[in-house]
Amino acid sequence: MAGIVLEHITKRFPDGALAVEDFNLEIADGEFVILVGPSGCGKSTTLNMIAGLEDITSGELRIGDRVVNDLAPKDRDIAMVFQNYALYPHMTVRDNMAFALKLAHTPKDEVRRKVEEAAGILDLTPHLDRKPANLSGGQRQRVAMGRAIVRDPQAFLMDEPLSNLDAKLRVQMRTEVSRLQRRLGTTTVYVTHDQTEAMTLGDRVAVMRAGRLQQVGAPQELYDHPVNLFVAGFIGSPAMNFLPAAFENGRLRSALGDIEVHDEVRRAIEGRGSGGDVIMGIRPEHFEDASLLPEDKRRQGAVFREKVDLVESMGSDKYVFFTVSGGRATSRELEELAADAGSGDAPFAGDQLVARFDAASTAARGQEVDVWIDTSRIHVFDPGTGENLSLRRPGSTRAA
Amino acid sequence: MAAATVTRPRRKAAWAVADVIVLAWIAVPLLWLLSLSFKVPATITDGSLWPHRWTWGNYSGIFRTNDFVLALRNSVVVAVITTAVAVVFGAMAAYAVARLRFPGKRALVGTALLVAMFPQISLITPLFNIERSLGLFDTWWGLIIPNVAFGLPLAIYTLSAFFREIPWDLERAAAVDGATPMQAFTRVIAPLAAPGLVTTAILVFIVAWNDFLFAISLTSTTRARTVPAAIAFFTGASQFENPIGSIAAAAVIITIPIVVFVLFFQRRIVAGLTSGAVKG
Repeated sequence: MAGIVLEHITKRFPDGALAVEDFNLEIADGEFVILVGPSGCGKSTTLNMIAGLEDITSGELRIGDRVVNDLAPKDRDIAMVFQNYALYPHMTVRDNMAFALKLAHTPKDEVRRKVEEAAGILDLTPHLDRKPANLSGGQRQRVAMGRAIVRDPQAFLMDEPLSNLDAKLRVQMRTEVSRLQRRLGTTTVYVTHDQTEAMTLGDRVAVMRAGRLQQVGAPQELYDHPVNLFVAGFIGSPAMNFLPAAFENGRLRSALGDIEVHDEVRRAIEGRGSGGDVIMGIRPEHFEDASLLPEDKRRQGAVFREKVDLVESMGSDKYVFFTVSGGRATSRELEELAADAGSGDAPFAGDQLVARFDAASTAARGQEVDVWIDTSRIHVFDPGTGENLSLRRPGSTRAA
Repeated sequence: MAAATVTRPRRKAAWAVADVIVLAWIAVPLLWLLSLSFKVPATITDGSLWPHRWTWGNYSGIFRTNDFVLALRNSVVVAVITTAVAVVFGAMAAYAVARLRFPGKRALVGTALLVAMFPQISLITPLFNIERSLGLFDTWWGLIIPNVAFGLPLAIYTLSAFFREIPWDLERAAAVDGATPMQAFTRVIAPLAAPGLVTTAILVFIVAWNDFLFAISLTSTTRARTVPAAIAFFTGASQFENPIGSIAAAAVIITIPIVVFVLFFQRRIVAGLTSGAVKG
């Protein structure tokens, strides 16, 4: 096992398209790192470069202590799980798993032992002599995993390995992948466009957008301290609410009324010197039904009154939707997120807000309710650069 | 729904009529040939599809002389070697065409197409002269080389279509599993393309087996003359005897390997081996 280091990795395709630009990431030995982003952000290309299936245009890639830029995939000692599994259809499950070992001239007894061990771990023992065509989706997925683990490689590379499974199986396999990775302790790079997978699986998550690394950090850190609009909108489900706001006299003026901001944030907004227009971001759980809160807590935040559009009760909480006037927040990053909404959750950048209320809330459609905002958790973004102006982030790294 | 059930018998009848017409169109000449091969010389021209007097004489007759047996040997050697060479090299070329980006690919594909379309008759005179001066005239290789030249484009076109159907990810998986490109080809891609390889082999074999133009122009003796050319030299026992019975018998015999081939491999040709490779 070994760590993986990507230094200034850039990929330019022959047609001139820039797929990955100046990508820097250090993956520790045994770490589980997720590359996440909307389709076309360069995450799969990055994975393919680590695997050796794509050439690296510039930069340096190290696995362990070796620079592997110019090594063929077979000499990198990595195993890969593909989105469509890429099982060899003419071979049995056993032969599929043994293929790599046979190519490496492993003694027969050892091949047998390793395959059966892996099959045991993955519950594939009864299926060893079947062909992939006769297996279910979940079983095929496990064979693909088995093919990777028999190798005992330096690193696992996984390219959206769960996205072909149905929702229930995906959740189940997610847990299994996580458990397997902990058990084997093999360095793993996992690509997905599903932010839920990213949040639940990884030790660290690297968010990519348009070929550039946006932010790397532990899932909670990305959630609490997103460096920009894109990360804020991408991570979290339901997504963060975004509203246009004007900054005047130390207060944020928006459709939700005037909100006092912290000194640090004020200095950051004033310091950028590009007018007072900002985008305000609030996560759904930072709203609450004001009638449920004690008076002193109410006073710590701001309260506005709004008519309820729709209530979705999840049992444990209620998602309450509002329409607010004042137009929609516009920024290139939000447009990109909205365009990618097919594969994730679109952030509520429009005039609709979603709030997560306690299940005890009696809010109902058509009713006006008092909505409380936890003003200490509001994010303020620069509409031009997307930068999070309210960030007090501990040790989070951001790609230049 | 009701309309569909009403029209179904009529549709069935229409299809049956169409099937019979097509079958008759194809089968009558073959049946005629078969019938001729069993007729005695006196009834060859009686115009009946059913021989009134059956005989094996035409068959035993052609095997009695060396001409046909040697021609059969030549045909088998030329067709088999042509097929093997065209399929092996065609497979490698087709793989490159289907999978790789390399300079001159368009030129290669274009040239292959051009060769396939080229009227062979216009090459006969130059080929004749070239083979005469190289000493290839009237030899097996003198037939194999031009046959391969025309078989290769066919093989490349057919096989690249098959290779394109095989998911890219399988080679990527093989590469990550530690296979060299050659190992990926021989152990993953070629087995999966087996139906394509068989189909291509049959097509090339049929073309080489049926070749008449090269065989008649580039051979002069039984040393290399193949059956289609040899049949043209059939004569009766005397100058006045009609050789049609013998010709028909020889024609039936050279049809047999093709029929056997196609029947035997039909299932493989149709089988889609790639199912189960990817989520499907």
